[in-house]
Amino acid sequence: MSLSASDFAFVAGLVRRESAIVLAPGKEYLVEARLLPVARQAGAGSVADYLGTLQRRPDPAAHRSVVDALTTNETSWFRDREPFSALTDVVVPHLVGTRAAARSVRVWSAACSSGQEPYSLAITLQQALPAGWRYQIHATDISTEMIKRASAGEFSQVEVNRGLPVQLLVNHFTRSGTGWKVAPALRENVTFQQLNLTAPLPALASFDVIFLRNVLIYFDVETKRSVLRNICKLLRPDGWLFLGAAETTIGVDEGFERVAVGRTSAYRPRATVPAGTLGKG
Amino acid sequence: MRLILRRIVGQCGFEVLEAGDGRAALDLLGGLDTVPQLALVDWNMPNMDGLEFVAAAREDARLRDMTLVMVTTESEQSQIVRALAAGAHEYVIKPFTAEAMIDKLALLGLVPTGANT
Repeated sequence: MSLSASDFAFVAGLVRRESAIVLAPGKEYLVEARLLPVARQAGAGSVADYLGTLQRRPDPAAHRSVVDALTTNETSWFRDREPFSALTDVVVPHLVGTRAAARSVRVWSAACSSGQEPYSLAITLQQALPAGWRYQIHATDISTEMIKRASAGEFSQVEVNRGLPVQLLVNHFTRSGTGWKVAPALRENVTFQQLNLTAPLPALASFDVIFLRNVLIYFDVETKRSVLRNICKLLRPDGWLFLGAAETTIGVDEGFERVAVGRTSAYRPRATVPAGTLGKG
Repeated sequence: MRLILRRIVGQCGFEVLEAGDGRAALDLLGGLDTVPQLALVDWNMPNMDGLEFVAAAREDARLRDMTLVMVTTESEQSQIVRALAAGAHEYVIKPFTAEAMIDKLALLGLVPTGANT
């Protein structure tokens, strides 16, 4: 389902008036993706319904929500911080115990967008794993455009300013034109693939950790349930699932239990198999 | 630029003092009873540039607790490394957004994390 030209023109006009940001044609996907949570929160069945109502009955508060959704949600490095600290402080030390035979950790960034999350994960693991360990970050997104961008590993000056400590910038990136490029030592541990989480998933080797953050908010409860069920098949029985701060499996899929990890929460498959038996899984 | 920075950190609750170059900043700091928590420092300034200012501030025990952030168009990797070696805590490359500046302040523990969202 994509946005009609008149709905897009309405949103582009609104955002331009309120924020001076120009949404050029071709950004329909962005508008749709960003406005879906806003539309759902307002109780509308779809973005088109939501925009239809808004055009018939102007509402300044709703206008502001639309503008905010399209202007302030820029992806940042180490977004929300806590999940990355939890990896370093809790998950990696645990995996170093249970995966000692394989000395290898696999992580899935399940909605990688422009790539800040998978590369933040790579930096985190590179720093947290002991010498001699390997890691692989598998990054997927529904948008082939995003996969292309993320895979190139190039970021503008504005993007590297967002939440990336400058010490990590100079350690893991090199200058490239007017922006920065992810260093090969990091890039070679990250693989990219276009993938729709709501369709049957391709065969993938299972993961120790899955980051599925700020994705479920876009789905209705049935879709959430089926996505979680699919995801669970690819998560090792003693693995960790990280969701966005506003998301939970509770009331959606009872196959997971919420556990405290550092100062945040993660979800683990119920009936955890005793640690130590899955080292080569 | 100073006006923009004043507005951004002002929004975060900081009271702001300004100086036109490194020398003027050291003079200003010398006359204060309370050392500021944060200095936002451009690189290219007359009299005393930002790098010299950072080095001088690091030499001064009185300014030990002041967080130093370079805010500059200087974006060569080697320049950033030099600034960090001289004692800068963080580095914001122009152009930047208000959110980026607030992110950096959050990284440094000067504003609460998520002050932005």
